[in-house]
Amino acid sequence: MISLLFNSVATPFWKWQRCGKYNLWTPNHPLSFLTISAVARKKMARVLVGVKRVIDYAVKVRVKPEKNGVVTQGVKHSMNPFDEIAVEEAVKMKEKKLASEVIAVSVGPTQSQEVIRTALAMGADRGVHVEVPAAEYDLLQPIHVSKILAKLALDEKADLVILGKQAIDDDANQTAQMTAAVLDWPQGTFCNKVEKTDAGLTIAREIDGGLETIKTKLPAVLSADLRLNTPRYATLPNIMKAKKKPLKKVTPKDLGVDTTPRIEIISVEDPPVRQAGAVVADVDALVAKLKAGGHI
Amino acid sequence: MSQLRSKVISLYKHLQYLGRDYPGLNGPQKFRKQVHDAFMKNKDEKDPKKIVALLAQGRYLAKEVEALYSLKKYRTIKQRYND
Repeated sequence: MISLLFNSVATPFWKWQRCGKYNLWTPNHPLSFLTISAVARKKMARVLVGVKRVIDYAVKVRVKPEKNGVVTQGVKHSMNPFDEIAVEEAVKMKEKKLASEVIAVSVGPTQSQEVIRTALAMGADRGVHVEVPAAEYDLLQPIHVSKILAKLALDEKADLVILGKQAIDDDANQTAQMTAAVLDWPQGTFCNKVEKTDAGLTIAREIDGGLETIKTKLPAVLSADLRLNTPRYATLPNIMKAKKKPLKKVTPKDLGVDTTPRIEIISVEDPPVRQAGAVVADVDALVAKLKAGGHI
Repeated sequence: MSQLRSKVISLYKHLQYLGRDYPGLNGPQKFRKQVHDAFMKNKDEKDPKKIVALLAQGRYLAKEVEALYSLKKYRTIKQRYND
């Protein structure tokens, strides 16, 4: 009795995991699915989320002495920040009962399983790891990844594919757009807000001039921008639970995607060092300097 | 009583886990040591009401640290990708 009171004080109502008869109605209980009518369940979308393992955003990137890449050995890696936002959006949709299942996908070498586990700890239901050997992964391009994601979306019968806007290591900003093109699905890129309506989705997009609101039908591909939501921090109990969630391993060959490299890295160099600026005394001196430099 | 004990232990583990990414030179070590010292200072507390209050304080700290991390990440990414 006291423990029940203690729980009601310390944890909010919707988080009552251990209160016996109430736990069926909490959003994260696996059987809460049964409390929805069959009609509503049919309308719920299955969401595929793409996540990428990149060098952590806070790490100072160094170029290898051989000038053929950046130092990745012993460097902290984590999930791409935009992918975290994408996973958070998918999990939020699941909590609002707009999505039935969230599948996290990652393409890469064995270590990519860490980011899939992080996505599972944040609330995804299943993981798929598309295994690519490390040497091939260096030359893997968004064109390959988009074909892999498109094939997976069709295999898993996903209604919605949510990706991060761009990866902070290659800054390509191509995968979401290319995936939509391969699937011939509508795309909503740089999403600021996503709402599900009866007809499909209403998306607010961040463009140069401000926000653009568009309506798309499902199935669709979305790419998450920074202000879509604030990703949750995976707690230790969730990480433990994530270890039991299923993780499927496939190869690009199983999916029928050709991953032969189309590019060759010739050299990777540091950007030029920024030249020191000069402080001028007054406007005339500034104009004189600009004229001397040939700028006006 | 044992339930409170298990709550205290899980809170300690949670804070230690959160402290991994604490910013600053030797940030994680300093944060973990501070958490350890704070828990050791109150280890002889017997009153359940006081323990519940301290647990609430610990959970508040955990939320603050999470907010610090997410804010730092948001500001860095915003600076990099917004002209």
